[in-house]
Amino acid sequence: MGATALSVRRHTYLDSVFLMRVAKALEGGPGINNVAVVMATPANKELLHDAGFIGADVDSSGPDDLVIAVAAQTDGQARAAIAGVDSLLAGSILEGSQIARSWDDALSQLPDANLAAISVPGEYAATEIEHALEVGLHVFCFSSNVSLADEIRLKQVAASRDLLLMGPDCGTAIIAGRGLGFSNAVRRGPIGIVGGSGTGIQAVSCLVDAGGSGVSHAIGSGSRDLSDDVGGITTFAGLRALADDATTKVIVLVSKTPGAQTLARLQEIIRSLGKPVVTCFLGGPTSGTALTFEQAAGQALGFAGAGPLRNGTVTAVPTHVEGRARGLFAGGSLLYETQRILQQADVSPARYELVDMGSEELTRGRAHPMIDSRHRAERIIATAEDPTVGILLLDFVLGRGAAADPAGDLIPAIGEARSRAAREGRSLVVVASVCGTDGDPQDRGRQAAALTEAGVIVLPTSARAATYVAEALR
Amino acid sequence: MKIAELLKKGPLVINVGLRDFARDLEDQQVDVVQLEWRPPAPEDDEMKRLLEKLL
Repeated sequence: MGATALSVRRHTYLDSVFLMRVAKALEGGPGINNVAVVMATPANKELLHDAGFIGADVDSSGPDDLVIAVAAQTDGQARAAIAGVDSLLAGSILEGSQIARSWDDALSQLPDANLAAISVPGEYAATEIEHALEVGLHVFCFSSNVSLADEIRLKQVAASRDLLLMGPDCGTAIIAGRGLGFSNAVRRGPIGIVGGSGTGIQAVSCLVDAGGSGVSHAIGSGSRDLSDDVGGITTFAGLRALADDATTKVIVLVSKTPGAQTLARLQEIIRSLGKPVVTCFLGGPTSGTALTFEQAAGQALGFAGAGPLRNGTVTAVPTHVEGRARGLFAGGSLLYETQRILQQADVSPARYELVDMGSEELTRGRAHPMIDSRHRAERIIATAEDPTVGILLLDFVLGRGAAADPAGDLIPAIGEARSRAAREGRSLVVVASVCGTDGDPQDRGRQAAALTEAGVIVLPTSARAATYVAEALR
Repeated sequence: MKIAELLKKGPLVINVGLRDFARDLEDQQVDVVQLEWRPPAPEDDEMKRLLEKLL
């Protein structure tokens, strides 16, 4: 049955990504069955309770308190894990960094600051955005779960002060060659990107780089910006800024399909910019817009006098696969792109299911799958138990902010899934794309090579991976 | 004009939240200050309401 041990550290706030790393380190210890290292928010307390971590200490703790919970085979092993946590927590200290205790302190340490990067839990983000705008800072807000009403109000405040509010729910941006959030090491160049689709911006920027050109700026707007509720406030500000920016020659807009009223206004603005604009809208009207990120990047490269896209040709010839395809995606935009390609190829929806592992429902109490691959690994192994699935589609998104070795994190699970299927006389084809550059910390070439060595069919772009799947299902 | 200035000058950042983001910015030679954020204690909300009433 095993034993559990709990420790509550009062008034010890640490961010979720750091805590995920602590949990991962503890999980590797001898005899450990389950680990939770979380702040005691109401939602996390519920998850602790469901996992059988129950104690008066936990009940009385609050969002500012850290809970370390371990289930192990023996009581000694559980307690040893808890005892080892202090040295791991010491790693939270940012060596050599400038640390501020308050907004005033931060502004006095960096009086020229012009941007706040906000990634606190969603329920607290609006307050911090408001404060940043009040003191005249542009904002990059990574946090999601900010109410629509707050988003509209804060974007109106930002617009009235000529400030850029990227987000909430903004995964990536590149300003003057400097990446914020999840971003790839791409060279600077004449192509500017605006978008509400984080992995879409990453995919386009990497393909622009692969085509021998570069990115002037990439301005994220947040996933809801072009809805009629928000009305495109950040997108329009971003487009106008890129139109006025001397280094930008071509603009790419990547987003979910805009609301009808906003689309009309957007088309008017695009016509007035005086620069070529390539649009790629996910899941909506295709006329005049690029179907895939690859097409969008290709068109932008054409306008910039660069390219064509050199990212290899597909040499793998798909063999027919019986059964269904299952896509487990880290990048939500890559899922929408795949869905569109499968629809265009007339693949029956009964033949595939695509799962957004980064959706709000699947990231409850967990870090994003681009940071923490554990949940996706579980789902990969579970796929082997489903005899109807013959082909598994995965995306790997590299860059700053992402896991150190996304391929390495999932290769054991892929191997396990394939051998489980093989034991039952089935074969499981695994197809993947890698979004990144060779300059990224994870090195695109190395990641792709590791996956190929593990028997994965690696395609140069997400669109080609989707096309491969469509042909295999034919 | 402020947005044009940001694009011209590049970001100088106050990072509120994930420490990894501050580290990534430092690696790119961006000036960054990490604001040690923590969730407000529940009594702060109460205090805020009282203050708002008073003012």
